[in-house]
Amino acid sequence: MRVKRRNRLITVSFVFIGAAVAVGLMLMAANENLNLFYPPDKVVSGEAPTSTGIRAGGMVLAGSVQRNSENLDVRFVLTDYKGSDFEVVYTGILPDLFREGQGVLVQGQLGEDGVFQAASVLAKHDENYMPPELEGMGA
Amino acid sequence: MSFDSVESFFHMGGHALYVWMVFGASLAGLVGNLINLNRTHRAAVEAAAREPLVSEEEPS
Amino acid sequence: MNLTELWHRMGSPRWFYQMSGPWGTGFATLAVVLLVVGTMWGLAFAPADYQQGNSFRIIYIHVPTAILAQSVYMMLGVAGFIFLVWRMKLADMLLQVMVPFGMGVTALALFSGAVWGRPTWGAWWVWGDPRILSMLLLLFLYFGLYALRAAIPRAEAAARACALLALVGLINIPIIKYSVEWWQTLHQGVTFTLTEKPKMPIQMWAPLLVNVIGIYCLFAANVIIRLRGEVLRRESGTAWVQEVVATHDQARRGHSGDSGAMA
Repeated sequence: MRVKRRNRLITVSFVFIGAAVAVGLMLMAANENLNLFYPPDKVVSGEAPTSTGIRAGGMVLAGSVQRNSENLDVRFVLTDYKGSDFEVVYTGILPDLFREGQGVLVQGQLGEDGVFQAASVLAKHDENYMPPELEGMGA
Repeated sequence: MSFDSVESFFHMGGHALYVWMVFGASLAGLVGNLINLNRTHRAAVEAAAREPLVSEEEPS
Repeated sequence: MNLTELWHRMGSPRWFYQMSGPWGTGFATLAVVLLVVGTMWGLAFAPADYQQGNSFRIIYIHVPTAILAQSVYMMLGVAGFIFLVWRMKLADMLLQVMVPFGMGVTALALFSGAVWGRPTWGAWWVWGDPRILSMLLLLFLYFGLYALRAAIPRAEAAARACALLALVGLINIPIIKYSVEWWQTLHQGVTFTLTEKPKMPIQMWAPLLVNVIGIYCLFAANVIIRLRGEVLRRESGTAWVQEVVATHDQARRGHSGDSGAMA
């Protein structure tokens, strides 16, 4: 009985470890494709494909948002604060959480000129929550 | 209390639809779960009562 | 009593049934009290977020259900492992009774996440987001465990298949956890852990803690009450179950009807 149990323990452990290694290797192989979006450095370096539907993300550079006074056109710059940034043009209503200095994700096409034509803009928020009266206190 | 009035509580600063949708679904889930649990034991006893006695031996 | 003896006793369904009577009702009551307090606190008294406003309150459902979705699955995986190696009956029963609750909280975590995503991100659902995908896979694993049990008529074969699926599915758990660190995703980082300082002030964090403890109690009540039912079902026909049924009948005649429903 004891030998049988030990054999089962070994078999089960091997099956589990084998499966875990297989999944791990698959994830590593597919690593790049699992990213939801291209960060600014990949967009600038040309690693992000142009003229096809992609997602890109970054922080909205403070002071870069230009709204057209006649229509819903808006232009802004996405940056990683490490020297890579690119321009985005978008027509439509921005999400409530869209703010300068905030992370956003844009879906659309990257033009040959390096300007991103966004079809939609999603706001990314971080895990820091605080009440309005504490804002700016770094709580 | 973080709201001035009952109306503002239900209004949720314009996010009423989202907030109440989630909390409504959760309440339904909790009530459903409790009703279900209440039935579980009774159903099991009734089912066991219908089974004839199989053997006098203790289960291992 | 030595350890081996304790181990065998714990594996005895009869021992469990006799021990656990009041625990199910106790945990269910505690769960309702905690969840009502935590939810009312979070809905009406906790402050709104400086950026998200009141949609932030969805956190009080989303985070507890998401935590349970994962920790229930971890327990399933461990139960599966114990059953595969030691063939302990109780492990298989646990494997069976934990699935519906896990499925429910996972569905609620995904639903509340989708609803929360609309006002904050600007989208109900983002296909390709690693966190969303791995949580969806978790829901399918629960569906799979439920369906597998129903699909295999031989109880022993069903138990082994479910145990193996539960164990292998465990690989998804670190993927869910680290999906927000390994890959670019729209989902924010970890909000709530017991080991680190929370990233929100106490008046936001306290109701969340109450709800997390409350939902763990609800899970405990589910496990205990369903396990008691499952024990009776699987052991029906044995002398001790007949005894239980007989005492139950007497008690019922004594109290004319609905007593002992959850006891």
